[in-house]
Amino acid sequence: MKITDENDRKSYKDVWILAEINDGEIHSVTYELLGIANELAGASGCEVAAVCLSSHVTKEMTDSLIYGGADKVITVTDEKLAAFNDELECNILQRLVGKYKPEILLGAATNRGRALMPRLAGTLHAGLTADCTELSIDPDNGDLLQTRPAFGGNIMATIRSGEFRPQMATVRPKVMRALTPDNTRRGTVISESAEPSDSAGIKEIIETVKRSEATASLADAKIIVAGGRAMGGPEGFRLLEKLASLIGGAVGASRPAVDSGWIDYAHQIGQTGQTVQADLYISCGISGQIQHLVGMQSAGTIVAIDKDDTTPMMNLADVAVKGDLFEIIPLLIEELENMKKEG
Amino acid sequence: MKIIVCIKQVPATTEAKIDPVTKRIIREGTQAVLNPFDLYAIEEAVSLKEQCGGEVIALSMGPENAKKALTEALSMGADEAILLSDRAFGGSDTWATGYALARAIETIGGADLIICGRQAIDGDTAQVGPVIASKLGIMQAANVMKTVSAEGGSFTFHRMNESGFDVVRLTAPALITVLKDINVPRIPTLRNARRARAAEIKVWKPDDIGADPAMIGLAASPTRVVKTQPQTSRNTDTFRIEGEPRDAAKTLAGELLRRKLF
Repeated sequence: MKITDENDRKSYKDVWILAEINDGEIHSVTYELLGIANELAGASGCEVAAVCLSSHVTKEMTDSLIYGGADKVITVTDEKLAAFNDELECNILQRLVGKYKPEILLGAATNRGRALMPRLAGTLHAGLTADCTELSIDPDNGDLLQTRPAFGGNIMATIRSGEFRPQMATVRPKVMRALTPDNTRRGTVISESAEPSDSAGIKEIIETVKRSEATASLADAKIIVAGGRAMGGPEGFRLLEKLASLIGGAVGASRPAVDSGWIDYAHQIGQTGQTVQADLYISCGISGQIQHLVGMQSAGTIVAIDKDDTTPMMNLADVAVKGDLFEIIPLLIEELENMKKEG
Repeated sequence: MKIIVCIKQVPATTEAKIDPVTKRIIREGTQAVLNPFDLYAIEEAVSLKEQCGGEVIALSMGPENAKKALTEALSMGADEAILLSDRAFGGSDTWATGYALARAIETIGGADLIICGRQAIDGDTAQVGPVIASKLGIMQAANVMKTVSAEGGSFTFHRMNESGFDVVRLTAPALITVLKDINVPRIPTLRNARRARAAEIKVWKPDDIGADPAMIGLAASPTRVVKTQPQTSRNTDTFRIEGEPRDAAKTLAGELLRRKLF
């Protein structure tokens, strides 16, 4: 909502984060949100509240949010909240925001957060910045400064929504630092409930289907073996799967490989796919277009294998291997298997 | 079934130029393409029309040359195309864009289904679809990867989530954003491409959609870009390995071990 005057501006306080709960478990990104929320609250002298919408909320969960940095936990428990329902969560949050008037509202830049937050911002007429990688408080006026990669990662844009409250942002997972859990921290739990009107005009969620672990865990994978156009077909990805399973990694792909239909979109890394933060990223025949790099360049160590050693990826890599990947990868698998045997 | 597909013309990514005053992307003079995700939105709309009957209206907001994107939608089988184009729409963020598109959809008389691509590749926000749904007060499903059924004003979709997908049922009118998994976009036939080029594209101004002047353009946009800077690139000394494949593989394996990555 647009601020009308200085009193109106001051009526908004506290930093809220939306807890990301999947299958009754608090997702790690929630603690990252609490981490950055504490920094922001420290800079503007207010409190941090975690909003927890779930089909069940235990004391263990609210304690864990408090130990992770929440001064308050606002819970709404309703069996309809078991699976993500955009309309229902938006209706509930709209009421809560109206009641408590948070100054800042942060959500995770996950599929859920990136569907729910714009719906809520649309309803509230609030500013929302997607997929932020940096957040800070402007020391001059106390506004939230929201920085995000834009234009395929070519530029970093800093955005503010100065005249509108709450200031909303989705935050990219694995970028912000969680606090060390402190079980001496104390906080308040506020129990709110869903109202019948919240459930008007909401969709029906018939079923939730799990996919194979490898696909699901790409965003969380410590090791990723990714292939591009040079893999030549689905068989090429079989080879990468073999290497990945040997070293406990997940398989990723560049857009051309996905567009060619060699592997599912869920494996796509980059601007229009997933962003990953692996300790080790093995790039196989990916030239390294900027759109791909923005999805993976925060990896701890990048290994690139390619025939052409002048590509952006080969220059970006920590270790660049020049050669035919169809020769090198099978031999690498052999070498690694031998090392494993030798312990 | 009446379907509205919302599309966007985007500049070719590598030619990004930023206006030093507004800090927004300069769209004039750069090569423009139809946002890649929108091809899947158009295809889904047209193939649903072919299955269920009805009509497809393509809707966009942008400068005059965004008609090109709409022509592409027509060539793929959309029946009608409308462009919101006026200086007053300039500087719109996702909220103001969503508001204008929602007003246009109401002016059209609504639709059973509104389809958007997952995100546009310039802003990458994925926000306009859900904002439109909120302004219209209708159900939404983002990241739809499959249409299971569409009949009797009820839709069943597979929606991607963090660990797989949800099977969701929405009642018309509804809005979805689609992923690439959903279909394979058709290549327009020469005949259809020719017909599309000859088709009229309506241009609507704020008055045509009954827009509240305070709710469009830069003034209605909650967000302001205050600064842009080039992305700092990763700077590393690359350790290069070449030579016989066997030796290269051995060196690489040794390097992974030395760096404790395996």
